[in-house]
Amino acid sequence: MSFTKESAEKIQNLIGKFQDKPGALLPLMHGIQDALGFVPEEAYPLISKAYQLSIAEIHGFVTFYHHFRRKPSGKNILHICRAESCQSMGAEKIEQYCKDKLDIDYHDTTSDGAITLEPIYCLGNCACSPAVMINEKVLGRVTPNMIDKIIERAKENS
Amino acid sequence: MSYKIYIPTDSTSLSLGADEVFDAVQREAIQRNISLEIVRNGSRGLFWLEPLIEVETKLGRLAYGPVTVDDVKALFDAEFFAGKGHALCHGLTEEIEWLKKQERLTFARAGISDPLDLNDYLNLGGFRGLKNAINLKPNEIVKTVTDSGLRGRGGAAFPTGIKWQTVHDTPSQKKYIVCNADEGDSGTYSDRMIMENDPFVLIEGMVIAGLAVGANQGYIYLRSEYPDALKVLNKAIDLAKEKGYLGDKILGTDFNFELEVTRAAGAYICGEETSLLESLEGKRGMVRYKPPLPAIEGLYGKPTVVNNVITLASIPIILDKGSKYYADYGMGRSKGTLPIQLAGNLKKTGLIEKAFGITLRELIYDFGGGSATGRPIKAVQVGGPLGAFIPESQFDMPMDYETFAKVNAVVGHGGIVAFDDTVDMAKMARYSFEFCAIESCGKCTPCRIGSTRGMEVIDKIKAGVEVNKNEKLLRDLADTMVSGSLCAMGGMTPFPVISALNFFPNDFGLEKTDTKA
Repeated sequence: MSFTKESAEKIQNLIGKFQDKPGALLPLMHGIQDALGFVPEEAYPLISKAYQLSIAEIHGFVTFYHHFRRKPSGKNILHICRAESCQSMGAEKIEQYCKDKLDIDYHDTTSDGAITLEPIYCLGNCACSPAVMINEKVLGRVTPNMIDKIIERAKENS
Repeated sequence: MSYKIYIPTDSTSLSLGADEVFDAVQREAIQRNISLEIVRNGSRGLFWLEPLIEVETKLGRLAYGPVTVDDVKALFDAEFFAGKGHALCHGLTEEIEWLKKQERLTFARAGISDPLDLNDYLNLGGFRGLKNAINLKPNEIVKTVTDSGLRGRGGAAFPTGIKWQTVHDTPSQKKYIVCNADEGDSGTYSDRMIMENDPFVLIEGMVIAGLAVGANQGYIYLRSEYPDALKVLNKAIDLAKEKGYLGDKILGTDFNFELEVTRAAGAYICGEETSLLESLEGKRGMVRYKPPLPAIEGLYGKPTVVNNVITLASIPIILDKGSKYYADYGMGRSKGTLPIQLAGNLKKTGLIEKAFGITLRELIYDFGGGSATGRPIKAVQVGGPLGAFIPESQFDMPMDYETFAKVNAVVGHGGIVAFDDTVDMAKMARYSFEFCAIESCGKCTPCRIGSTRGMEVIDKIKAGVEVNKNEKLLRDLADTMVSGSLCAMGGMTPFPVISALNFFPNDFGLEKTDTKA
């Protein structure tokens, strides 16, 4: 995906929106990622100029937080919880099942662009482990059968 | 006639299909021409019974659960909506032992009504604490909190009243109330439950905190993994503003308080208060040196109260019923109640609010019903990824900050994760280091480098390479991290590691020794 004029405009608008807000970088980066699906490096010089920050500071900020992606994701994002509670209920098997089924590792996207696989450390759904999140929907007591359905639906939805 | 039923919107209930059940119930009701009023309530936290449908009857609310879409037709056949019997019916919700045995103070309202219905909130005792606080001098509010014995529920257990007093006593034009809603510990979800199921109580607690210390701006730093909580909080803030509980001239007084939610971005370390403040300021979440304490130089260098969600949500009832009422619960220096979260490999998971002093065994077996897999429970981890693993021999310990501290364990945020006997404790210890390596902010060396070296040393021990030498090295490394790290991330990662090593040496391929950490 190339960096379009449209993307630049969206970023400029967001930069303007948060210009006077204390602690602007956090809501700004969320805004950019919500709009574009990731935070492109092309945004850095624009932010740098408007907020009087060095490119290094912006890069340092973006790379510190797991939530911000620096490259486009697939159409759907499947997060697998790797934390202790889910481990106690077999999350590792779910994790392996997803990797095998999608034939990708964490942080990768399937070749058809349908699904990106990401680890996550706790979804607060520990009462019903193991848990996964597809886009913004959390699912509990997940079984391989459910993973099949999630993947099937995600492929249809791409 | 019309029947009233309740189907929860809590995100764990939704994760088990509550929305799909709601759709199916609606469809079925239309098809059968039955008039139903369906309230989307929060969850009471009986997650082993979720999705839990409640039916209003003359005697009280009846519980049906766990309900799947496939059960809906049979429930209608049995006329559940009229309170009639069915295999999934558990009788009156409030008579279910699991719930009845609890002492719900902070969670008094959770799950009873629509979390965003302000009238329900008022009818169930909401904003009484704030109304009392308005008639008190700031110092008197702080004193009430101090006298209640409330300690920070995020895990550090620092006395809340003392923190507030410091902010109160530090002169400044600008002060802040920051709510730490970066609930990153595995096995914990009580913050999420408050925010999704009773958001106004958190808002009320924050306004009271503002009144007490003289702060006019509040932030809720919310983890990005909680999209549902974000939506609920934002709506609740708008509603509270509309009705004069936030914004200018709150309840006709001269007091103004603005509140907003800031979405975090998936860094565990930002649950550490100084790292959180850096993040809120739009920087990398690097831990700050202390002193200065955030209470003196916090957000943008101004005096700042940083409290966990549960701490702030416990304030309204203290101001409503008085410090003594709250302090009468609990044991020793652990006053009041703790919302305990049962998680992991247990049959009956969910939220249990109890006075301090209940033992782990009661929680794991009486409430939890033993393991979900039916196998013996080998260990539990209490207090998140930085909490010690606790073996069966310590299950009779009461939940109490000091009792736990004596054995190098922590109560933390009250999350309990159970593991059955298939768990490999050496693997769990390695994971503790791995997690620390992934989440370390990198500012101090023991945490940044120690975590990776720790993984390597465990790998060597497991591979049988110079086992005794490496065990000594591992304990030495743990010592360095405990004493030399800047914050709890590096300073407490050794707790789960060393407890695993001490109690389960066989999993490391070691003989049992008497060595203590």
